Formats: sequence, structure tokens, C-alpha cells
Amino acid sequence: MTHIKVTVDGTLYDDEVEPRLLLAHYLRDRLGLTGTPIGCDTSNCGACTVELDGASAKSCSVLAVQADGCTVTTVQGLSANGEWTALQRAFHERHGLQCGYCTPGMIMAARDLLRENPQPSAQEVRQALEGNLCRCTGYQNIVRAVLAASGQQVPEEATA
Amino acid sequence: MTDQAVNAAAPEIGRARLRKEDARLITGQTNWTDNIQVAGLLHLAVLRSPMAHARITRVDVSPALERPGVIAAFAGGDLAEGLGSLPCAWPVTEDIVLPDHPPIAVHEVRHAGDPVAVVVARDRYAAADALEAIEVDYDPLPPVLDLETALADDAPLVHSDKGTNRCYTWPLATGENFESVRQRAEVTLRRRYHQQRLIPNAMEPRAVVVTPIAASGEYTVHSATQIPHILRIMLATVTGIPEHKLRVIAPDVGGGFGSKLQVYGEEAIALAVARKLGRPVKWTESRSEGYLATHHGRGMIQDIEVAATREGRLLGLKVDLIADMGAYLMLVTPGIPILGAFMYPAIYKMDAYEFTCTGVFTTRTPTDAYRGAGRPEATFAIERIMDDLAAELGLDPVELRRRNWIRHEEFPYTTIAGLTYDSGNYEAATDRALALFGYDELRAEQHERNERGDTVRLGIGVSTFTEMCGLAPSRVLRDLRYGAGGWEAASIRMLPTGKVEVVTGTSPHGQGHETCWSQIAADVLGVPFDDVEVVHGDTRSSPQGMDTYGSRSLAVGGEAVHRAAVKVVDKARKVAAHLLEASEQDLEFTDGVFAVKGSPEARRTIQEIAFEAFTSHDLPDGVEPSINAETVVDPENFSYPHGTHLCAVEIDTETGKTKIRSYVCVDDVGHVVNPMIVEGQVHGGLAQGIAQALYEEAVYDDEGNLVSGTMADYLVPSAADLPDFVTDRTETPAASNAMGVKGVGEAGTIASTPAVVNAVVDALRPLGVTDVRMPCSPHRVWQAVRDAGRAGAGAEAGGTGPARSGQSGPAARSGDLGQYGEEGSG
Repeated sequence: MTHIKVTVDGTLYDDEVEPRLLLAHYLRDRLGLTGTPIGCDTSNCGACTVELDGASAKSCSVLAVQADGCTVTTVQGLSANGEWTALQRAFHERHGLQCGYCTPGMIMAARDLLRENPQPSAQEVRQALEGNLCRCTGYQNIVRAVLAASGQQVPEEATA
Repeated sequence: MTDQAVNAAAPEIGRARLRKEDARLITGQTNWTDNIQVAGLLHLAVLRSPMAHARITRVDVSPALERPGVIAAFAGGDLAEGLGSLPCAWPVTEDIVLPDHPPIAVHEVRHAGDPVAVVVARDRYAAADALEAIEVDYDPLPPVLDLETALADDAPLVHSDKGTNRCYTWPLATGENFESVRQRAEVTLRRRYHQQRLIPNAMEPRAVVVTPIAASGEYTVHSATQIPHILRIMLATVTGIPEHKLRVIAPDVGGGFGSKLQVYGEEAIALAVARKLGRPVKWTESRSEGYLATHHGRGMIQDIEVAATREGRLLGLKVDLIADMGAYLMLVTPGIPILGAFMYPAIYKMDAYEFTCTGVFTTRTPTDAYRGAGRPEATFAIERIMDDLAAELGLDPVELRRRNWIRHEEFPYTTIAGLTYDSGNYEAATDRALALFGYDELRAEQHERNERGDTVRLGIGVSTFTEMCGLAPSRVLRDLRYGAGGWEAASIRMLPTGKVEVVTGTSPHGQGHETCWSQIAADVLGVPFDDVEVVHGDTRSSPQGMDTYGSRSLAVGGEAVHRAAVKVVDKARKVAAHLLEASEQDLEFTDGVFAVKGSPEARRTIQEIAFEAFTSHDLPDGVEPSINAETVVDPENFSYPHGTHLCAVEIDTETGKTKIRSYVCVDDVGHVVNPMIVEGQVHGGLAQGIAQALYEEAVYDDEGNLVSGTMADYLVPSAADLPDFVTDRTETPAASNAMGVKGVGEAGTIASTPAVVNAVVDALRPLGVTDVRMPCSPHRVWQAVRDAGRAGAGAEAGGTGPARSGQSGPAARSGDLGQYGEEGSG
């Protein structure tokens, strides 16, 4: 067991963990922060994406011990005061989710993109979200949601 | 698109309501099955066969018990007592071969991933670790992989006790005799197409949690399933636990696409283990485990022949399928190709139709429903051969379709396959699609680029599809030997405070039923959208249902909500008439208000009537103190959405890379409850259909190992791999339900695969290519171009691909000989 101190969604946790414990499982099984889901075992799907010290990270690819001394933000930490972020609102308003399983990861990855590139083009959004898979939406409304959250004009309807 | 601007008094149906479901999903307050924690929860892990086919000669689980945190471990034999065979509910023929399917193997494993032992431990890591300690001895048996040689007399057998790998042969012949039609035909064309195996890939892996109350023999099963109601019945049958002692809950479910329309071994095993230990048990699959253990889709060889006149009038169609069942028959495995049997004639008129499907056992993961289930395969084959026929006749592929499709004034139309299409307007959808696409301009550009020998070729693909969905008429299902009905239930509870609960038997997993059913109920009852709550997915709170699959939820379940709401209004009218001292005939009901005609001040809202029914202080004599209502709907026909899909691709002939330049589709799904949700369903469907055309394939090696065994090896497309879609709709109301609605969930998947492959072939046809096998990867496209160049103009280029595809025989495995063999065009 290894001792870690990690701040997750504003709360400092002081824990003993197995060195091999994945951050994703630490969040879910130990802290009960099940808003971060797991969709694969090869770090392809991105469903478990969180923010780790200011940058997005797939929490299935990080050990809990590597997060020692770090600050983690999950989707559950975004609207702590009850108010949705621009990205959350945009995913809702642009129908950027269906089953919603990929949504936490999509939102966290998109957040990272907009931090680095506040006015991305549609193609830049598609490239930036390449590591996050969605099986329901065909991505079109996700792209629109991210563009809308960046404050850019987005067509209301898909029709030409 | 947002609904804030919409007039509050506008009808709910047809309005782009933002989804009620979203709030919990975008904030992480979801309840996926794997989230569930209960006191004393144990984690179950499954040891799986590393071999495609072997006799199990010894299993020793005892070393696993030495591992820390391990509570119990069981071999198949330890659990066999009290665990029956997993069910197949669709024995499509009287003489179908129905093998045993133990939830956990005891004597023999028949596909890589077949379960052989389980460990139960305090946490998921301990359980996974302890699997390594279990000792299993296997005596290898020959794998059975090739669909055609599996049918030979001397083929090794998947189920040796059955004496054959042939599961069934299902014939259909309608209209004139195909042979005689062929003889009078001026043109015949035969093709062989391959439907590669696909892995459904719902984003939420499967999971199950069983919580027992051992003392009273009661069990609660949470499962990531599309079918809590069917699962309850089937788990009772498999485990012997009485149905009324089982409660099944589908909490938030992260997609299904057919893969969670199943009764899985792990669900039965978890229940058996929880019963044995008297402790709650959780099993969650890893993605790679799911690739072996969750059923696959497609997996067919399609031989198709059309007979036509020189003018392009279809005379007849003959289809011979060989369908890969995989190792066992799961819930509806044998029926999947049969759902396609009626769809090969598609939207076209003809005089003869002959169809045969042979189901074959192989030592691979079982196949079953995957988005579209039989209809994408049928649509692919007919739409591909229509484009090939157009090329053969020198006709524009749209024009060939026009000459054969059912005209809008001919509905209702009974097709050669015996289905009666209730409504449709193929002309309108096609005209709209052609205009949005800029068809003529693209053809002109294509011509110009071909003329100058551009190395990047432009191709245009057409797919005019229809499909049968909304399962549906119980009597038809009986005739198809399906083991259940196709009805759906709904009930409406009018709560004393005026709020409304809609209880539905459908079980959503991303479709937005909570929003759409609220819209339907709000419209009929005239109550605010936000006053309606939808209850689903729990056999205790929603006790009757047939669940969600086959694009049935709206056309059957939504219709049930509609009818239940109408019943509520009818019951409330009696109470209102009494309270307003008027006759029922003198009451008007508008926007939730009963008013006496001519005296608008004499009014009661339906929500007030609900309170009156609750107090029951002043009800008319003989009226029960409730305006709640329930209904079960069994439609008399399927639902037949249709549409025209057009795809333009650009192919770099030097690299084989295909880029979708534009994709336009105009779908007709009848009246629409929520256009935003419909558009989303189409987008997602397109993505999955395009994925089959260009990206995905479950690849097996010659020993039956799944080579594309992880998400790193199986290409689920990302945002960067897909284009923007242009979608539009025409609205021809369904005649088979009161709301005029048709199914939409599978439409995009069914239509898009042939549109894309037709575009790929269209781009390469001037180079002598007549087919590219799916997925049309850069390597396959490049190979096709190269082979066509070598063979010279006009020669068969055939399908190409890596030397492993698994289902199609020596031609595929010996490397790129082409899938048509000698049959070619006639």
C-alpha cells in the first residue's frame, strides 16, 4: 500500500492504495465518484477522461499513486455550485449526447481543447476529440456543441 | 433547435424539446450498473477459453481459493445443477438444430471466450488476479470457421452430438417461378457479397449486479440490458427461480444497438453464484472480454441474382444466404437473417422472388441482433446489385430505381415478399435528396475528372431504402415461429396533485423515451411537459413490457402511451360532465380543460379532475375512483420508414484512401414527435453504417482466435473519421398507428452502408473495379485498383483484402482471389 494525497473536485483525500490501482478505479470504487465511467481497457475510448493538474488525462491510463499531490477535476466537479458550464449547456442544447456514456469524457476533452484553442474550427474539434469515442451521435452534434460552447455561430439545423 | 423560443401553447408533438435525460448525464449523476455498490458486494470474474474449440479434460479451481480476497471459485460443473440452457426464442424452422448452450461450459468449449470457470472475490482486482491460478486442461478439437466447407459431409462438427453444422434452411418463394422468369429475362446478374462480422460496441460495457435476499429466495438483478422484462422471464426459466421472486432493473444503460437484447450467460452465472453464496455479486466485462463474450452482428455470404429487361425493369430476384450463427443459438440468433428475408425486394416491383437462408454453426462468438438486424444485409445486397445492374445496362442508378419502385399513388402496396407497405413517397424523398446533393453537378465533375484521368476519383453512391421495423404484429411473429408477441404496454397514473406518471414497457438506453413519451402524454392530456414523469426499466414499477429493439419503441410503445392517455381523457370526461352538470357530448376538451360548449366559464382542468378522483367525494354513480388508464397495443402491421441516401467519395487511387466528400439523406419516418431526437438517431445510424462500409471487421485467424480483439485493433470510427451529414425529411404518415409515426432507430444504419460502397465502386468502375469488399480499407481499395489494372479493362477485379476474413472460404484466406469466383455477371 502506498500513501497518497489527492484533491478531487475540491476535496482533499488522504488514502492508502495499492500501487497498481488505476486512477479510474480509485475515483469510482474508492471515492464513489461514478460520474467518470470506464469504456475500454486499451485507453482508446476516452470515456474516463478527467482533468489532472490542468490537463486532460484518461484516468484509466494513470495510476492513483501518480496522482499523489495532484488536483483532479471530474465531470462531477464542473457544476459544483449547481450551474452548468457552457460546455454542459451546449451538449444539452445541441443534443450532443444520447446514451450519455461517453459524455463526461467528451466534455472533459472538449474543455481541454477550448483552453488551448478557444475558437477551434469544426475540423480542429474533430481532430481534438479523436481519442474519445461515441457510438450514438455520429459526432455531428458533439462538434456543434463544442463550437457553440466556444461562442461561435453554429447552424441551427443540419439541413443544407 | 432549442425550445425556449417555442410558443408554450404549441403542440408538444413535433417540437424539438430538449431532453429530460440530459441533466443527470452531463453532470455525472448517472446510475450505470457498474456504479452500484451494496454492502458486502462481491466481484465475479470469468475465466474464458483461449481456444476456439476443445474438450475440457480437467478444471481445478482450488489454487484460486488460496489467493487473497477470494471467497469462492467454481468450474462449470460446480454450477451446472440448477442452471439450464440459455434460451433461443426464435427456432425459425420445425427441424432447426437447437444445441445445448450451458451458461458456463462443462465438457467442451466452442469459441474463444466461452466461459469455463469463475472466481468471486472482495474486489475486482483480486478476482481478476485469481483467474490466473485456475488450472484447465484442454484437448484441442478442430475449429470450424469456413461457412461453406462447414456444410460438407466430412467437416469437423461444432456440436458433435448434432451430426451436422447446418442449423437450418429457411426457404421462401413467391410470385412466379424464378427459373421461368430468368428464361424470359434479357439480362441476369449474379453477385456474391460478404457481410463481415461486426462487434456492436455499445459504449457502456455489459455489467450485472445480483442482490439476493437468501432467506426468502428473492433476487434483484440490475443489468445493462435492453430487455428487463424478457430477461426476467428467461432468467426464471434458466435458473428455476420463480418469476415472481425475480425483479429485474435496467438502470441507466449506455447504448445497446442489439448487443443488450440478449440473455447472457454471465447474467445467469451471477444469479446462480449469488444464490449459492447468499451474497450480492457484481460482474462487469472489460472491453476486450466483451469482444469475445458479447454477441456479434452480421456475418453472412450473400449470393444474389437479378433478372431484368434491357429497359431495366426488374423481373425477379433470387437470394441464397449462408449465415454464420457462431457457436450457439442465442436469444434471436436464427431469426436475424429471416428479418432480412422480406426486405431484399426492398422498394421494387417484380414478378418472382426466391430466397433461401442456411444457418451454419462455427466456432466463433455467437451472432445476434446488431442495429438493423437482417435488414442492413438485405438492403446492402439489393442496393449494391441495383447499382451494378445500372452499370450493366448503361443507366443512371437513380433512373433504374425510378423505373422499378412503388409509386406513391400505389400505396398500400403488397410486395412480392408478402409485406403490405402502408405508405411512402419514394419520389419525394429522392427528388429532395438529389437537389440537396447537387447530383447533376457532381456527375458532371465526376465525368470531367475521369476524362482527364485524375488520380483522385470521385464516386457517387445511391441507396433508396425501406425497412420493416416496429416489431409488432404478434400473429405474424407466430407465423415466423418467434417465441413471443410484439405488443407493448403503457399506463398513465394521474396523481392527486395534478402531476402525471407515464409507465412504459419500453426500455430506453439513449433514445430519449423520457422526453418523447412526456411530449405524447402532455399533448393528449393537455398538461405541461414538465408535469409528466416517465417510469421505465424496472419490472416492479413497470410490470409489463416487451422492451426496446427493432425500432419498435415509438411505433408500438409510444402508440400505447398515446392510447392510454386517450383513455384517461375519456374517463375524466365522465367525471367532468358530472361536476359541470352537463352531458358528455356537450363538453369540449382543449389544452387540458373540459368546458361546456357555449358556457366557457363552466370548466374544469384534467388535473382538477384527477384530484376529484382522488377524494372521490363527488363522482358519478358507478364510476370507479380513478382516471388512471392502461393499455396494451398490438399493431396490425410493421412500420416501413424509407429514404434516399446519397454519398460522394473521393478516392486517392495511389494510396487507396477513401474520403467521404458529402453525404445527404432524406428520410421519411412519418410524423415526428421530436425532430431533434430523430435527427440524432439518423446521425448515429449513419455513423454505424459507414463504419461497416469503411472501417470495422471482426477478424479471426485460421485457428479461430479473434485477431481484432481489443478496441485498439477494431476500428470504431472517431469524430475525425466521419463527415458532417446533411439530413432532411419528408413526412408521409404511417397508416398503421394513430400518430402516423414510423421507426427511425435503425434507418441510418440500414441505408448508409450500400450508399458508401456504391460510391466507392462508382469511383473505381472506370478503372475496371466492380466490387470492393467491406470494410473498404485503403489496402483493399488500393489492391482492387492494382488488380483491375493488371487484369486489364473489363475483367473482374473482385473483392480483395487481407488474407484473413474468416467467413468466406479458401478464396479469402488464400489471398485476394476475389469473392465472385467464376460467377461474375451474366
